[in-house]
Amino acid sequence: MGQPVMGQPRIIIVGAGPAGVRCAQTLLGAGISPTVIDESRRDGGQIYRRQPENFGRPYTKLYGTEAARAEDLHTTFERLRAKIDYRPNTLAWNVAEHKLHIVHEGHASALPYDALILCPGATDRLMPVKGWQYAGTYSLGASQIALKSQAVSIGRKVVFMGSGPLLYLVASQYVQAGAQVAAVLDTSKFGQRLRALPKLLARPDVLKKGAALVSSLKKAGVAVVNGIEPMEIIGTDAAGVQGVKYLDASGREQQVACDAVALGYHLRPETQLADLARCVFRFDEQTRQWLPQIDELGRSSEAGVYLAGDGVRILGADGAELAGRLAAYAALADFGHTIGASTLDDLKRQQEKMDRFRLGLVEAFPWPAAQAARLSDDTVVCRCEGITVGELRRVTRDEGACEANRAKAFSRVGMGRCQGRYCGHAAAEIIADAAGVPVEMVGRLRGQAPVKPLSIATVEEVE
Amino acid sequence: MNGRFIRLGETGRKTVRIRVDDKDVEALAGDTLLVAMLCSVDHVRQSEFGNEVRAGFCLMGACQDCWVWTAEGERLRACTTVVSEGLQIVTTQAEAQWANL
Repeated sequence: MGQPVMGQPRIIIVGAGPAGVRCAQTLLGAGISPTVIDESRRDGGQIYRRQPENFGRPYTKLYGTEAARAEDLHTTFERLRAKIDYRPNTLAWNVAEHKLHIVHEGHASALPYDALILCPGATDRLMPVKGWQYAGTYSLGASQIALKSQAVSIGRKVVFMGSGPLLYLVASQYVQAGAQVAAVLDTSKFGQRLRALPKLLARPDVLKKGAALVSSLKKAGVAVVNGIEPMEIIGTDAAGVQGVKYLDASGREQQVACDAVALGYHLRPETQLADLARCVFRFDEQTRQWLPQIDELGRSSEAGVYLAGDGVRILGADGAELAGRLAAYAALADFGHTIGASTLDDLKRQQEKMDRFRLGLVEAFPWPAAQAARLSDDTVVCRCEGITVGELRRVTRDEGACEANRAKAFSRVGMGRCQGRYCGHAAAEIIADAAGVPVEMVGRLRGQAPVKPLSIATVEEVE
Repeated sequence: MNGRFIRLGETGRKTVRIRVDDKDVEALAGDTLLVAMLCSVDHVRQSEFGNEVRAGFCLMGACQDCWVWTAEGERLRACTTVVSEGLQIVTTQAEAQWANL
């Protein structure tokens, strides 16, 4: 294993997905060996997640049109892993006083750094629906992980519901793998996608691939329905999911039988470590969420802390690779290295296209904020602790908890084991609606250490 | 009830035997514990706040919905644990024991 060299700046990268790998590669190219902390057992992140070593499916089967990019990222990492301090199966759980706190197999330690480059990726962005606590409801990302890294389907008959490009990608991957897809139910409207076309044309190749996915689903006989509003995931406490009820675009109630639902509305960045590093956040009006502020290379508001990839804004895998390189160059420049202006200009130009496309996706598959107001009081908003929308509305209206952290303290929404990852954005919309204030005034749930639960037996060591 | 997850390939792997509550379960080497369990049983735990059973949610170690316990009482996150021969899993958390004062 590579070790940091005396006299070199100590650079720690968190995450070994597209952003983290390209970042490490760029730093090595400049003669600096970084430490790479990754929670997974293998590199690749979620999007290019690797199957276990004893699986045999080829790249084309696993990653489809992105097979070459996935293979290039994996082989790049294989070449550099001996030259860096790579720590898989390691959780970064706090940032304090220029140290990154990590835990590996129950042993905690703190690593001092001169530069911290956070590439922690994203998770699914969720809006609750009545019945989503039933066994058999999975996040959309989960449904893809099941297939990609384990060669299983999440059920015998699967409904894909929500919005975003991933909805069509995963549904078509399920069809190709021989799973039964009961329906693809998209809350976005065809007209929204049409209006987003000029921006989506920033990446015509990706747009073409997306259109091909939709037509392949229709050709396979899968019902693809636009402009729906989810009403309920039907099921029982003991048996789990049995179907989905929704309103179609003309307001008629429809029902589909299934034993699994993959639910998601595009992605949300994992921003807890940036928050703990005291990075300044700004409200992003297009996506209705608070995001860490960065400059065009990925510098945060905190000196020595850089943010890249889907962990800061959702550009997708290609954008994450560019962002990882840019953040590495930013750190190198700040350590006094000279970076060729043409290299940076070229990367920045490419990244502008990615960002234009990102905005197109946001318009084409919008976050369904307005649903929050229509959720019934008995809908569970916090899956962790079974707290209802009605309870959250009650603390907002009766106890005046119009701010996210105050409402969390009163209702416990956001305090459970997922720490607000899957309820936080929806909770903000519910509070905003109940209080009659804009969602930005509700604020955001503060990141808390540890960013994921630690075992009580964890032992801290000095490194 | 049989499992919740359906295998769509990669079935030529070595068999791994585990025990889930009182049931012998056959899994495949390389399965995560969650996949190993849900290919044979339909849930991994009981919600401690509601009446419903749970079967995981995010599969990427973020939601913590798939916690299970070993017979010795160790907590495992099933979606990020690789299954191993002889694992004994219980899907209900052992009662907290009060100190005998």
